[in-house]
Amino acid sequence: MSTRTLGAPETAPAVEPVARRRTGTLGRVLRAAALTAFALAFLFPFYYMFIGSLQAEPDTSPAGAFPTGGLTLGNYREINAEIHLLRSLVNSGIFTGGVILGTVVFGLLAGYALAQLSFRGRGALFNLVLLVQVVPFQLLLIPLYVLIVRGYGLADSYLGMILPFLINTTAVFVFRQFFLQLPPDLFAAARVDGASELRILWSVALPLVRPALLTVVLLTFIGPWNEFLWPFLITKQTDMQPLAVSLANYLSNVAARAANPYGAVLAGACVLAAPAVALFVAFQKHFTSTNIGSGVKG
Amino acid sequence: MTVHLTRGTQPRPGHRRVTALLGRHPVGLALMAPYAAYLLLVFAYPFGFAVWMSFHDYFFAAPGAQVERPFVGLENYRTVLGDPGVRQAFGNILVFLLINVPLTAALALTLAVALNQAIRGRTFLRVAYYVPYVTASVAVVGVWLFLFSSDGLVNTLLGPLAPDPSWLVNETLAMPLIAVFVAWKQLGFFILLYLAALQNVPKELYESAAVDGAGAWQRFRSVTVPAVRPATTLVVIVATVTGANLFTEPYLLTGGGGPNGASTSPVLLMYQRGLEQGAPDVAAAIGVLLVVGVVALSMINRRLLERS
Repeated sequence: MSTRTLGAPETAPAVEPVARRRTGTLGRVLRAAALTAFALAFLFPFYYMFIGSLQAEPDTSPAGAFPTGGLTLGNYREINAEIHLLRSLVNSGIFTGGVILGTVVFGLLAGYALAQLSFRGRGALFNLVLLVQVVPFQLLLIPLYVLIVRGYGLADSYLGMILPFLINTTAVFVFRQFFLQLPPDLFAAARVDGASELRILWSVALPLVRPALLTVVLLTFIGPWNEFLWPFLITKQTDMQPLAVSLANYLSNVAARAANPYGAVLAGACVLAAPAVALFVAFQKHFTSTNIGSGVKG
Repeated sequence: MTVHLTRGTQPRPGHRRVTALLGRHPVGLALMAPYAAYLLLVFAYPFGFAVWMSFHDYFFAAPGAQVERPFVGLENYRTVLGDPGVRQAFGNILVFLLINVPLTAALALTLAVALNQAIRGRTFLRVAYYVPYVTASVAVVGVWLFLFSSDGLVNTLLGPLAPDPSWLVNETLAMPLIAVFVAWKQLGFFILLYLAALQNVPKELYESAAVDGAGAWQRFRSVTVPAVRPATTLVVIVATVTGANLFTEPYLLTGGGGPNGASTSPVLLMYQRGLEQGAPDVAAAIGVLLVVGVVALSMINRRLLERS
């Protein structure tokens, strides 16, 4: 598996001709129908979210799902007045950007070292990385809160939000997996020429793992952008809250007072969902089983 | 080139001791240092701290104040186990896992197999299946609330068949509904895992099965299912760990674990006991019990799944 053939297995039919012929036309039609039905079941809530965000009055009749007119942007104005969308989006952006930056910089260094360098303690460190994936975040919740909020005083700060997510371990695996595919001779030659490891990483390794970079950014993006529990615990000031938190607070506290609570919530949900969905649809080729499956399996 | 390489890999005399001590590329330690520090600071230390806390009388004190936090043995665990709310939450999460995990594994495998064979519209199908996974829970909770409210679209369609009390305020239905909801939300990720596993199934197996006259269903049962068993183990364990982390859905969908605590999850309880009611030691004990439970479940699952 080289970097050039990434994603190729997904486009190659996995079942050889003999088996396919036996499936028959009827089977294929049935399968296509079932797949499409499932796909629509998956997409309908998103369609309903969008349509609901444009309706002035909630219409829960079946016909209300396919309105013929009377669509309005009023719900977006309503939610913006309640939670200041732009400010929340900026907070989400800084939180996510910080995590992506930390993951790309430190994850790249770690992935390269784990795959291409031999040093004392590498095996032990790799085992530690594997072990960390098993430690569930819920156990760390209370001690992390005590340490970060009470110990370091980082409540209502971007650093406090970012710290527990700073380096995405799955991304380290993806980087390591990519670096493992590169021939060690490549790096040995550069070393003989007297290049430092950082220089080798920057001008030899980095250009070769550019596809991995995009996969890692996509993969890392959805973590902090969608994260609710941690930023919810540590932000009490509304002007520091990421959108997921301010929308959830609106949902559980304020929505009852609004004229069309569902409409406003759905408008906020669309704003929260749009960047992740757009990024994913635009770059879905990089979000394949070969890219990520190998990373998850280690 | 070969000459250069041989010369390069032979350590110069002064470097020999460093090599023996730190390995051929000691700089690797420096490159790993930030990640290692992060793992120790954010995972290893808090992990130890959580266990320590659960055996001590720990409480929030004013910043800078020196307070005594005596060792109390199993006191916190006794408090936790004697609390009917906690027992209910653990029962709830068990119901959740019993519905969510098998549903996730079965649907993910079926859809991955179908997707693997589909030729037309593959991109559209993949996007459709993965979109819920890349979307924030908070966003999809909004539309689920709308769909499943007592006068929502689902009940309008069901008419007289609509459950009473409605879905999210019904003690019997709330938790199963959340289990289905989470399965729908996470399915894309597990389809991805199965797709990776399906690439590695040797095609000869399907060939010989077809020659033996096996139909599609028989090929699925006797070739695909055994071949992806390691992936199934992974899917089941990851789904169990993710499911045990349940917080956002009961917090928002059922207004904090309602009705009457029927959808409270252990993590939601940790938040309520630990931070809302100021008993972090009790919350830490719930966390330790939850992790012990998850590890035990994972080991049982692994045993069952790897038994051929």
